[in-house]
Amino acid sequence: MKNKKISGAEAVIHCLLNEGVDLVWGYPGGAIMPVYDEFYKFQDKLKHVLARHEQGAIHAAQGYARSSGRVGVAIATSGPGATNLVTGIADAQIDSTPVVCITGQVPSHLLGSDAFQETDIIGISMPVTKWNYQITKASEIPEIFAKAFYIAKSGRPGPVLIDITKDAQFELFEYDYKKCNGIRSYIPYPEVNDDSIDHAVKLINQAKKPLIVWGQGVILGNAEEEFKNFVEKSGIPAAWTILGLSALPTSHELNVGMVGMHGNYGPNILTNKCDLLIAVGMRFDDRVTGDPSKYASQAKVIHLEIDPAEVDKNIKVDVPVIGNCKESLQMITNKIDKRSHKKWISKFDDLMKIEFDKVIKSDLSPNKKGLTMGESIIAINEFTNGDAIIVTDVGQHQMVACRYANFIKSKSNITSGGLGTMGFALPAAMGAKMGALEREVVAVIGDGGYQMTIQELGTIFQLQIPVKIVILNNDFLGMVRQWQQLFFDKRYASTEMINPDFVTIAKGYYIDSERVKNRKDLKPAVERMIKSKKPYVLEVCVEKEDNVFPMIPSGASVSDIRLD
Amino acid sequence: MEKRKNYTVSVYTENNVGLLHRISAIFLKRHINIESFTTSESEIKNVYRFIIVVKMTKSGVERVIKQIEKQVEVIKAFYHRDDETIFQESALYKMKSSSLFEERHIQNIIKDSNARIVTVNTEFFVIEKTGFREDTEKLYKDLAPFGLLQFTRSGRIAVSKEKMGISEILNTFKNQK
Ligand SMILES: Cc1ncc(C[n+]2csc(CCOP(=O)(O)OP(=O)(O)O)c2C)c(N)n1
Repeated sequence: MKNKKISGAEAVIHCLLNEGVDLVWGYPGGAIMPVYDEFYKFQDKLKHVLARHEQGAIHAAQGYARSSGRVGVAIATSGPGATNLVTGIADAQIDSTPVVCITGQVPSHLLGSDAFQETDIIGISMPVTKWNYQITKASEIPEIFAKAFYIAKSGRPGPVLIDITKDAQFELFEYDYKKCNGIRSYIPYPEVNDDSIDHAVKLINQAKKPLIVWGQGVILGNAEEEFKNFVEKSGIPAAWTILGLSALPTSHELNVGMVGMHGNYGPNILTNKCDLLIAVGMRFDDRVTGDPSKYASQAKVIHLEIDPAEVDKNIKVDVPVIGNCKESLQMITNKIDKRSHKKWISKFDDLMKIEFDKVIKSDLSPNKKGLTMGESIIAINEFTNGDAIIVTDVGQHQMVACRYANFIKSKSNITSGGLGTMGFALPAAMGAKMGALEREVVAVIGDGGYQMTIQELGTIFQLQIPVKIVILNNDFLGMVRQWQQLFFDKRYASTEMINPDFVTIAKGYYIDSERVKNRKDLKPAVERMIKSKKPYVLEVCVEKEDNVFPMIPSGASVSDIRLD
Repeated sequence: MEKRKNYTVSVYTENNVGLLHRISAIFLKRHINIESFTTSESEIKNVYRFIIVVKMTKSGVERVIKQIEKQVEVIKAFYHRDDETIFQESALYKMKSSSLFEERHIQNIIKDSNARIVTVNTEFFVIEKTGFREDTEKLYKDLAPFGLLQFTRSGRIAVSKEKMGISEILNTFKNQK
């Protein structure tokens, strides 16, 4: 292609194609129109999906990235288009999701003049991007795109934003693409230090009551196999953070459940009883640790982590093992003794029995009249055989889904963990489906969050993206109501909602839909939904004032977890 | 409570437009007040050096250093206590020319403080003093009674006693390629 001049806008398409992109999510507008004109010309090679809001586009790109393991791409115009991306960018940053955002910008001679739809998206997005760059000359496009994709997906992944002035999109230049495979100031994969491995191995071999807590690092590092081998050889019980979920099958005998605020009783209590905590690809978020000064203070801590900035950030670590856990896990597994920890594991079983009696039984086989979120999730498990990608929004339903959904394959739990972005699930689910067409994708959403990005039903309808959407409707902003009940004397300030008829709304988008209110109707409805080959909205009317337990009150220690 | 101390943070970066913003945002996000901030090209062409003075706890500054190093275009970041660096600040003092001739004492102050007159004209003259904060502050106090038209002090510039080894880092990258 050398010597032939092309426009900056056309170059954008070639860059995307050179990076293997075949799907882009976006929304057009003045400052990005030259690129959209090229989308038109290249539509047989590169699919552009029109979202109904830029937030929808970026969450879709995130969902796509997380189900496929590839880089998601979102594109928007300048000004409001760009600012509408910001929530998703911040979400991708805190959840380490590889996305490349492209925004149009006013022509370079107008920069700083408060031109129509000018915003400083570089300045705005700087603290929430892994890297960003403003292109003002077409000749910069190939190098910057190559760099952007490299940065987004390498090391600890994250969002990158490229802002392109309109004149750079029109400008003609000689296109030449070279992939980026290194930046001298950037070390994406720190080398694993042998001493740290030996030190970790020694502690693991000596430990009597060790506990593994794993996070999304296992998934992002494609280290599921290495992780499983490590768990099995060491015989150590393993608990997950919300973003680590699905890296090890739910049914694995050493999987002891979730840690954190609404995690399982056993792993939370025993975090403060173990003698060795092995953290793998997780970052000790405060929702996981509770009061950090009362977190595993009796234990030695080993931290396998690719990002040195996470080490000693929240929890003081005895043995940091910096590097890609795909490598370090294997190195450790090779050297440790094969062991089993039967007696120690029986403690988890004992606590699970308590949790079952006090919480799980009434969640899953309730004797009250109204449906529960828990039994809805179990019904989904039944008809998907636990093999679906479950995309959740934020709130009670999210915690319940993570607690009760079954997973067989990795990359199957997609949720907004770090930012807790309501409105994430619906667009992320359509993205997840496009990123894994062979998989069943079920979105589980609260009635509050659903209405934050409900407009994406339009995208789902237009493209006939066969996602299954379950609204767990309690007519409340449930999680906030729960806090009001527990910590604000039931003063339900602005959390009760009079909702529209969700079935009618779905039908307005020509999407099949039904509502269930009674227990006997739940399973048949879920079955119909899963059997359908088309998009489907199922509204499940659940108990209005149910609470999610167990719960670690915020600021309390993990071992102060409450069962009611 | 861990005690807060003065730390000189040195950051070596690629010459990149946005970095100033990125680095200062790391402090802003943690509600840390920056005492001074300077930037210039370093001993290596196209490699820039930021010198930031902050009052923080040791564990705080360690965490911030890692966040800074995490930025794609940062080559390396360091932190040092005051006794681990050689540092200076410059100050400029602008005064009415008449006072230079009418108040003989001013000339003694200038001489005793090892300050330097940069320029003199009929209306004003400018004194420059480089040294520690106490030195420029003392001169300020001495001159203030005679009427300062303008006063400004630069941020800290500093070199470390230990080796930084930036060229080595850049060479390792070259050799890997
Ligand atoms: C964008 C956004 N705004 C506000 C919140 C605070 N918040 C957290 S959970 C929640 C309630 C969610 O209600 P709903 O979507 O109905 O789900 P439920 O908790 O009832 O399952 C709110 C308001 C948030 N996480 N995100």
